[in-house]
Amino acid sequence: MSDDAKITIEVDGQQLEATPGQMLIEITDAAGITVPRFCYHKKLTVAANCRMCLVEVEKAPKPLPACATPVTDGMKVHTRSPLAREAQKGTMEFLLINHPLDCPICDQGGECELQDVAVGYGSDVSRYHERKRVVRDEDIGPLIATEMTRCIHCTRCVRFGGEIAGLRELGATGRGEHMRIGVYVEHAVSSELSGNIIDLCPVGALTSRPFQYRARAWELSQRDSVALHDGVGANVHVHVRRNQILRVVPRENEAVNETWIADRERFSYQALQSEERIVQPLLRENGALREAAWEEALAGAAEALQAAGSGLGTLVSPNATLEEMFLSQRLSRGLGSSHIDHRLRQSDFRGDAEDAPMPWTGSRFAELSSNQATLLVGSWLRKDQPLLNHRLRQSVLAGGAVMAINPVDYDFNYPLVESVVTRPSEMVSALAGVAAALGADAAGVTVEPDATQRAMAQRLKSAGQGGILLGVAAHLHPDFSLLRRIAANIAEATGCNLGLLPPGANVAGAHLVGVLPHRYPGGRPVEQAGLDAMTILAGNCKTLLLFDVDPEFDVANPALMKQALAGADKVVAISSFDSPWLREHADIVLPLAAFGETSGTLVNLQGDWQSFCGVVEPKGEARPGWKILRVLGNLTGVSGFDFLSTEEVINEIRLEAAGMTPDNRLGTPVSTLKPELSESDELQRVGSVAIYDVDAMTRRSPALQATPDAWTPGARVHSSLAERLGLVAGDEVRLSQAGCSASLPLQLDDRVPDKCVWLPMGSPGSENLAAGFGPISLEKC
Amino acid sequence: MSIRNEPMVRVKKFADKSSLFTAEIRAEIDRWIAKYPDEWKQSAVMAALRIVQDANGGSLSQEAMDQVADYLDMPPIAVYEVATFYSMYELKPVGRHKICLCTNVSCMINGSDDILAHLQKRLGIGFGEVTEDGRFSLKEVECLGACGGAPMMQIGPRYFENLTPELVDSILDGLE
Repeated sequence: MSDDAKITIEVDGQQLEATPGQMLIEITDAAGITVPRFCYHKKLTVAANCRMCLVEVEKAPKPLPACATPVTDGMKVHTRSPLAREAQKGTMEFLLINHPLDCPICDQGGECELQDVAVGYGSDVSRYHERKRVVRDEDIGPLIATEMTRCIHCTRCVRFGGEIAGLRELGATGRGEHMRIGVYVEHAVSSELSGNIIDLCPVGALTSRPFQYRARAWELSQRDSVALHDGVGANVHVHVRRNQILRVVPRENEAVNETWIADRERFSYQALQSEERIVQPLLRENGALREAAWEEALAGAAEALQAAGSGLGTLVSPNATLEEMFLSQRLSRGLGSSHIDHRLRQSDFRGDAEDAPMPWTGSRFAELSSNQATLLVGSWLRKDQPLLNHRLRQSVLAGGAVMAINPVDYDFNYPLVESVVTRPSEMVSALAGVAAALGADAAGVTVEPDATQRAMAQRLKSAGQGGILLGVAAHLHPDFSLLRRIAANIAEATGCNLGLLPPGANVAGAHLVGVLPHRYPGGRPVEQAGLDAMTILAGNCKTLLLFDVDPEFDVANPALMKQALAGADKVVAISSFDSPWLREHADIVLPLAAFGETSGTLVNLQGDWQSFCGVVEPKGEARPGWKILRVLGNLTGVSGFDFLSTEEVINEIRLEAAGMTPDNRLGTPVSTLKPELSESDELQRVGSVAIYDVDAMTRRSPALQATPDAWTPGARVHSSLAERLGLVAGDEVRLSQAGCSASLPLQLDDRVPDKCVWLPMGSPGSENLAAGFGPISLEKC
Repeated sequence: MSIRNEPMVRVKKFADKSSLFTAEIRAEIDRWIAKYPDEWKQSAVMAALRIVQDANGGSLSQEAMDQVADYLDMPPIAVYEVATFYSMYELKPVGRHKICLCTNVSCMINGSDDILAHLQKRLGIGFGEVTEDGRFSLKEVECLGACGGAPMMQIGPRYFENLTPELVDSILDGLE
């Protein structure tokens, strides 16, 4: 029988079509026939240890577990026959023997699979009178609360660790009555996807710690939204009670996030209640900000913007919605300035003229799982875009090879077949070596390929489906243009897909609607290109409009930002969160609705337009960004701001950006570029942003900041460098860059190449320094 | 529990394997590793734990288990799972002579209670305890398949059958 032949089985008298090899439960699930289960999960391997899905199969001597019974042609199954029911009820009774009756104080109560199934299959009265077991709890970190007495040993969380997170942290120790799920040696679990075990747990053994005892399931209303910390655009359900977001859980979308979300997406909502939310418009008067009415603040802002004209520089967060982005560029351009950018952390704009029309992963997310060879360039994919890393990990499980050229020996949850770890300044030549091995143009960089580079080239070339992915560190690299050009040449020479993975949730959207100095909506070129983010900050704009930007942490070079703020005549900030620099320099602060408080659209890195509604009222006097921009447009007399809803804005965007699809093809190469970073011996900073410092929300989520993944304030160097400098871990060191300095504790980390200092943009203390990548000096305080 | 991609979940291999255990122990573990496919050397975990336990005075410390994990490139938790599952791995220090007394049905009927009482009186310890001089520890075990000679006990690799208090005394007296 060939693999794709269909067979027919009969379930409860119903004829169903199936493929040989499928498990019975897959067929019944697809047909909507309820079979109770605890351990089975469609994304995990079959364990068949809970025995709840027992069904009667004709000609089988005893009930069989539907999750582990492959279908065969002509199979006759009864899911509700007396035999099946008896088996299910028997299993249920055993499962409840040791389960505590603490539903009234259990967070899972009301959304508990055990509770639900017990209603259908349990008995009214327990026949068990002996002592129940009690299990000691372990502290497994700030995200997950444990109550292991409730555990029914389905092992979903254990299998998740091995199969999806790629990190076995939980296990089942002991045997029989003494078996328990835990970490054995107490420590905080460190996977960036760990929160998913909260959803997987069918009982109240693993629950959300930040959500603990906050609400009952039935008090919450569930609304749909889209997460905004990376370009995946994971679909989420937001759980709301009394106008407050209390929890975020995944919403299934096979094409985007499957059934998972990263911890960042799950717990960042905590920031919404932060003390630092701006809840009232603020105006500077006599040197200090004071609270003001909206009319007054808007009038002030409009006046400042209008006066600025072509001197206006606008910086828009790459996480802003498509509507906000569209209106912000319309406002800026209507006022006569094309100085607008969303690439706040990028520092190399020399290749703007050859920019891809609309950056994306180069293939649909799901296709990453079938890559045979993938080269990561400047990417800690695991922490930068955790769900894309999950897809790529699937490719490794299927036998694919992943290789990397990185400025830090980042740890991945799969082995790298080839890896080059080098100082940022040598990344260009490392990549050029791969190009040279292929005989491709290396953008003028001449280099003799070594064995590793030849091996990389060979794997890419021989892959039926391959990818070369430029990650966050590559995008923030001072030689991004070169890296991108060489990567494109390699992609062309090998037939691999070029993937661009910049930081930010809506970068593709920003390209769609022209939040770029050199592109209009629809990607049409601007004849007289405006100034890019870096040049705007270099003192060329006397009026700054900051849209959802934390000036200290969201830019490539805080030193430039600080000077720009100090030197500007007027600073208008539309912002959700307060920050010391806004306090010090902003003239007008307009409170912005944050995640969940506004409707809008995000375009992810595979080009999906994902619209969502506001699910709660904005906090205090905050207002949705599109409305603020609309009023500013109206007050400044710019035409084309008569929108009544985000739908109307989106309709206009659809017209303006008609026909634009994700496209990584670069334009005609700009004249030969020289590497910006010199390969001299001085120390170099590696400053790619850390997982929980990516945006204002993650930085203000106490739970995320308490995890092992959060960046501990400090600068990391290789132990041999520390030894040469006579330093030990914990020493307070002074870091200096371009005339500014910061003192931070020294940390030793042998993943960092020699002569480098790993200090991410956006990390505590980095606001006192300059460019994320570039020369840095270090001395003992 | 089978996790399909188990060999992959410890990505960073432990580099300096020669720093673990002694050369003899490594050679003995390697003999077991050789019995399995290359990428499944973790299949040798049970043998490795036994070898390390023997070399470690009869019990496994967390450090010893971690070293086994490093040597076989397994996640430490996977080693803990095995070590806690099987009753012949000892997770707390035991005496130089581990007395495993069967108290299962056949032995009980034939007087294992009396043997236990005698052992407790002579050694001054109960199940799960070690004598102060570290010579003996006492462990309750289930059937060891020697019902024909009940009551019985095991000390080290040896079975002692048809026990009487006098016989127990002479056996213990014969041990250093």
